[in-house]
Amino acid sequence: MSTFNRRSFMKASGALVGALLAVGVISTHALAADFPTAKVNTTGLAVTDTTVKVGILHSATGTMAISETGSIQAEKLAIEQINAMGGILGRKIEVIQEDGASDWPTFAEKSKKLLVKDKVAAVMGCWTSASRKAALPVFEKENGLLFYPTFYEGLEQSKNVFYTGQEATQQILAGLDWIAKEKKAKTFYLIGSDYIWPRTSMKIARKHIERNLKGTVVGEEYIALGDTQFGSVINKIKLKKPDVIYAAVVGGSNVAWFKQLNAAGLNSAKQTMLTISVTEDEVLGIGGENLAGFYSAMKYFQSQTNPENVKFVEAFKKRWGKDAVIGDVTQAAYLGPWLYKAAVERAGSFDVDKVQAALPGYVFKDAPEGPVTVEANHHLTTKLRVGKWRKDGQADVVYTSDYIKPDPFPKGYQ
Amino acid sequence: MNAILSKLNSSELLGGKKGVLGLAVLAAVIFILLPLGVDIFRLNLVGKYLTYAFVAVSLVLLWGNGGILSLGQGIFFGLGGYGMAMFMKLEASDPVSTKIQTTPGIPDFMDWNQLTELPWFWEPFNSLPLTIAAILIIPALFAYIIGFAMFKRRVGGVYFAIITQAIALILSILIVGQQGLTGGVNGITDLKTMLGWDTRTDSAKYILYYVNGILLFGCILLSRYILTSKFGMLLLAMRDKEERVRFSGYDVSDFKIFIFCVAAMISAIGGAMFTLQVGFMSPSFVGIVPSIEMVIFCAVGGRISLIGAVYGTLLVNYGKTFFSETYPELWLFLMGGLFMAVVMFFPNGLAGLWDQHARKLKFMKRFYDDTPEPERFEPTLSAAKDTAEAAVAKKEKPAKVANMKGAKA
Amino acid sequence: MFDYSMAEIGNIVVMQGFSGLSMFTVLLLMALGLAIIFGQMGVINMAHGEFMAIGAYTTVMISKLAANYGFVNYYFIFAILIAFMLAFAVGYFIEFIMIRHLYKRPLDTLLATWGLSLVMQQIFRSTFGAKEVSAELPEWMLGSFKPTPDIDIPINGVFVMFLAIIVTAGVYLFMYRSRWGLRVRATVQNRVMAGAVGINTAKVDRMTFALGCGIAGIAGAAFTTIASTGPTTGTLYIVDSFMVVVFGGAASLMGTIASAFGIAQAQSILQFFMTSSMGKVSTLLVIVGILMMKPEGLFASKLRK
Repeated sequence: MSTFNRRSFMKASGALVGALLAVGVISTHALAADFPTAKVNTTGLAVTDTTVKVGILHSATGTMAISETGSIQAEKLAIEQINAMGGILGRKIEVIQEDGASDWPTFAEKSKKLLVKDKVAAVMGCWTSASRKAALPVFEKENGLLFYPTFYEGLEQSKNVFYTGQEATQQILAGLDWIAKEKKAKTFYLIGSDYIWPRTSMKIARKHIERNLKGTVVGEEYIALGDTQFGSVINKIKLKKPDVIYAAVVGGSNVAWFKQLNAAGLNSAKQTMLTISVTEDEVLGIGGENLAGFYSAMKYFQSQTNPENVKFVEAFKKRWGKDAVIGDVTQAAYLGPWLYKAAVERAGSFDVDKVQAALPGYVFKDAPEGPVTVEANHHLTTKLRVGKWRKDGQADVVYTSDYIKPDPFPKGYQ
Repeated sequence: MNAILSKLNSSELLGGKKGVLGLAVLAAVIFILLPLGVDIFRLNLVGKYLTYAFVAVSLVLLWGNGGILSLGQGIFFGLGGYGMAMFMKLEASDPVSTKIQTTPGIPDFMDWNQLTELPWFWEPFNSLPLTIAAILIIPALFAYIIGFAMFKRRVGGVYFAIITQAIALILSILIVGQQGLTGGVNGITDLKTMLGWDTRTDSAKYILYYVNGILLFGCILLSRYILTSKFGMLLLAMRDKEERVRFSGYDVSDFKIFIFCVAAMISAIGGAMFTLQVGFMSPSFVGIVPSIEMVIFCAVGGRISLIGAVYGTLLVNYGKTFFSETYPELWLFLMGGLFMAVVMFFPNGLAGLWDQHARKLKFMKRFYDDTPEPERFEPTLSAAKDTAEAAVAKKEKPAKVANMKGAKA
Repeated sequence: MFDYSMAEIGNIVVMQGFSGLSMFTVLLLMALGLAIIFGQMGVINMAHGEFMAIGAYTTVMISKLAANYGFVNYYFIFAILIAFMLAFAVGYFIEFIMIRHLYKRPLDTLLATWGLSLVMQQIFRSTFGAKEVSAELPEWMLGSFKPTPDIDIPINGVFVMFLAIIVTAGVYLFMYRSRWGLRVRATVQNRVMAGAVGINTAKVDRMTFALGCGIAGIAGAAFTTIASTGPTTGTLYIVDSFMVVVFGGAASLMGTIASAFGIAQAQSILQFFMTSSMGKVSTLLVIVGILMMKPEGLFASKLRK
């Protein structure tokens, strides 16, 4: 012990203090050592002492890349933030990203690859209903865990999926109530792209308008996906003079719809329109000047001023560029990794069954959109907001509903 | 019958020594090498790719040997696939497992669309024999109607390609639009069993893979048989000099209709096997994009080689899976580049490359000193044929013009 | 229909008539470039939609410049010219490296250009991002023109209409009143003979193809006023364009015009009385039906080839 001198004592004690401090910092989070891998991973998932593998499965190529890019960015941001905080149960998230290529069987194929080959503990992914429907049997068979971000038509509830977007009734009913009251609207014209989500949404909307609002639906119109000619449709609307156009047009058609509507003189000064298919992402393509004054019903708008959202928007822009915009689905995708983290920590385990059981009932207070609750049916209780679009491509939130419980199989609306 | 037997004896049906070798190698690859070499997950993928190979084989008949480019083979793949999917969906929708629905016992998507009873055209799909019959007959019938309308009026080449493409588009819009009847854009999903047999287990996957392989071989042999028969000779003759065949007294359109129907049935078998192995069917296999992609599978393999088509399909799809996993950005460049390169530099595809180089290998020589067989009629892309094809493409004119053209060529 | 006054019905008839005309000019503009390439050369250019996207992206870029330098009100003239030149140049290049090797194999041009379209889509995606973009429109192009208080005529529709008329007239003059056009037509009618009398047929082919692409560029620029601009925008137009050309009978400018008019009127009227998507399907079915009866199209070329 002759070498023990004052200097080395200082060094040692310094290290000790440092270590104590470090423990102090980390102990607010879980330590991997407290949760031995053998205990928290009994089903052979890709969880080691230091890492956990999570899959991201969206379309980076193909026609849907337009929409899904934002979700990929949000999920990556959330995962990076979680890792910076120490990860989940002390384990850093390793991302395995797969491309669904806008092709539904590819989604099934890649889900299977992620679950069977990579043994990922959870997957953030899918966007369109078709891709989710294709992947769902794989998740159920392999007992995987999927966090699905898009607002969708409902009529589904799987123990293997958590739906972080809104199902149809959450998005439709409160918005219609508001516009009927605010604009004294009695007559509605329903228009959507011709596939399952708009058709299901319009069915619910029609029932609600006719039965609960005592209004009339003066027209219901479906556009073939990708069609860009709206002349005749707009003339029909002019003939019927509805108080409100209720729209769910998607993709390339959406841009053409707004441009041609404006050009035909039906701008927001003359016509009230509430849409459920326009988020900040779509505005880039439509152009703010064509949209100004119309309303969107969404659960989230980028312009929300609550501190959680301000922080989120700032982080998002820092990570993905100052021109990045955040739409409703992007925010919902951001929730996925955070909900997964919370679920694992509540369960104290990565095992899929325990995670599934642990998540319902959890209240995520720091969500950018405001607090959300995970319900037993794996959907979220959220608020609905109505935004009025400005020329600069942002929306002013003009209405915020109470909390709305999710109801994927709405009785009386089917 | 005797003729067939003597054919078998002379092994002409199998395409001479070289043909036997080719088939044997392919059989070894599909039935032994791949099942041993890759795990069940990858093997299931290969099985899926092989269902596309049915379409590629049908295009070898139709396009490589018949000179008829159909950009609507997805129609028939889809019809076959939907046939099988309807059967499996009905089985999955028994009243017990659908008891939460308003009308139990019908497929879930019908219930969501307020249908209260099964549409009449779904009824036959309660029975497996009728389903199998429908999978074969409906596409053939559809092909017959299209073929009759077009070939009898001597529509060919480019026009045929564009019209079949338009039909594929119409069919996919209709399927998406009529979601109560068809499942819409999501397709028919969540298919689990066939006559109570769970098709999702590993053992089922192996069995389906082998069934698929055997059916594919059956289709290849059938195609070989057709191509080596007198009919096959006529087909080639039609491709290269349609007018001469016509002037020799043959009804060209009947042959074209026939081969179009056969191609439709082969594609439909592929579609049905696709549904069985993948577990769903959606309108995204009916439209324009998959139809054109399948043409490229065939072109990569070599449009006149049945075996090449299978390799082409496997190669392109493996590339797609590999590159989209590793370099998603690069994938479209590669796929697009492949289209262009194959068309411009290797019009005979893999089979052509193989033929060119195999000849140089000493040990392969003996396989090439064989009797002539169809692939030798090779001046596929020579100028003479092309003028003829271009003329067909531009639509046939009255006989005397054709005569002049014939003389010119 | 009887709940409406005569005046209202009159107004709708006027506006519906205009929307039919407007769709006609849109289809015409879409199909003109293709009609030249397919009709005159027999080449099937599946990348036609992507050449339109070149025009559209050019317009978007120039509108961004214009917003910065304050010439928003008249940038469209430049945009159209540059879109034309750019698409023309790309077309010229593509013909040189690819198409000219394939003239003898018309079906193969279809596959090769399909490959080209995939590559171009990925180039757009890598350069401009996967999301859709929009050109900021000049003030004068927004909104509608009102002859009476109850009739709205979309200004962008009028704009597209004028452009279509100018381009069609230009193509007509070029093809039928210029020496270049004479050479093009001579080459189409008899390539060997044309070569023999001293026409550089290879050069004619290249110019023709490039011209068709250039016109697609103009169409793309014009369509930024009525529809979307994204990496896969081109695919929205390709089938419609082909239907117009084939239905009209290739190789005939009149045929293309007549078929665009017929299809537009049919679709516009059907979409008024049915739902939009059923109207579209019905129109396509009718076209395919007629094509099966009369495969050479409405106006078959009277030329002997």
